[in-house]
Amino acid sequence: MTEKSLELKHPYERFLRKERMPHIWCEGCGNGIILNCFVRALDELNIDLNNVVVVSGIGCIGRISGYTNTDSFHTTHGRPIAFATGVKLAKPKLKVVVISGDGDLFAIGGNHFIHAARRNVDITVICANNFIYGMTGGQYGPTTPLEAWTTTTPYGNIEHAFNLVHLAAASGAVYVSRWTALHVRRLKESIKKALQKEGFSFIEAVSQCPEIYGRYNKMKTAISMMKWFKEASEVRNFSDPAKAEISPDKIIVGEFVDIEKPSYGRLLREMKAKLKTKQK
Amino acid sequence: MPVRIWREPLDADKIKVSKAEIHILKDQCKGCDFCIEFCPKQVLETSEELNIKGFHPPIVIDESRCVLCDFCTAICPDFAIFVIEKDCKEGC
Repeated sequence: MTEKSLELKHPYERFLRKERMPHIWCEGCGNGIILNCFVRALDELNIDLNNVVVVSGIGCIGRISGYTNTDSFHTTHGRPIAFATGVKLAKPKLKVVVISGDGDLFAIGGNHFIHAARRNVDITVICANNFIYGMTGGQYGPTTPLEAWTTTTPYGNIEHAFNLVHLAAASGAVYVSRWTALHVRRLKESIKKALQKEGFSFIEAVSQCPEIYGRYNKMKTAISMMKWFKEASEVRNFSDPAKAEISPDKIIVGEFVDIEKPSYGRLLREMKAKLKTKQK
Repeated sequence: MPVRIWREPLDADKIKVSKAEIHILKDQCKGCDFCIEFCPKQVLETSEELNIKGFHPPIVIDESRCVLCDFCTAICPDFAIFVIEKDCKEGC
């Protein structure tokens, strides 16, 4: 069997930059699963890889732009949405996907996020929410749950966490969903849906960081974090995102918003055409 | 619990049950054990051997039990396992 395995290639190998694999992520990290779901979504949609742009920010998941075999850019901290907006407006035919972490998109890049959602810029944002700043040593961030132990909250976190799906829905995103790293099929379907949708679509992928978050919060291995997802998650499609806060006992997952709204790019082009005819 | 079939279906001999071929790229594995833990049919097991990186990759115990659900391929963060359907034209 080993000889055959050497001959055979992994079915999704063409989506990855082979020279950069294996990736740097720790064993059991959810980022690899998100990358896996993303490439499977690309495979099933049969999208030409030349028309996909992956933009990422800083953080562990920021490395994803280096692993996908598409055009990609690893931006500065918190600015992937700003960069992606520019790419989409300059080349409207491209599918622009932002894959970044919670600290990048909602702490330093929070304003870019809410305003891109308000303008309804035609991009897809996938946020890997691992509850902490994993790359820099496990400091608490805007999504750290109450009472969680992190390296900068040694007596337990006293700040309330962001409810990312509620924030996205309130800011005006046309498609909002949340899945965990265990819901691989539903996450893939969600990514497929978001890629086909016009407007600002947001997917929160709750992922596990066993090394720096799980180990200090009573979940010693990646598997025990996955078991937590399995036990705590509850699928409630189209429920009120305001009530979908993540707590240790319950993670409400599902699609929350799926509406139609003209995108910023389309309105801009229409306005341009209107003004041109007026001038004549 | 799976539904038990207490009578054999009439067309059982005509229908071909597809068989799986599991491939593990041992040196890509980081030993997170997701494929072993979440396999619905318990096809895999942690092996004793070490790979190039010092992890224990999974090993197939019983390939015939696999039902091609593809969940291991989907959940592997390291693209180290994949399942294909066996080519059974000449019987297998």
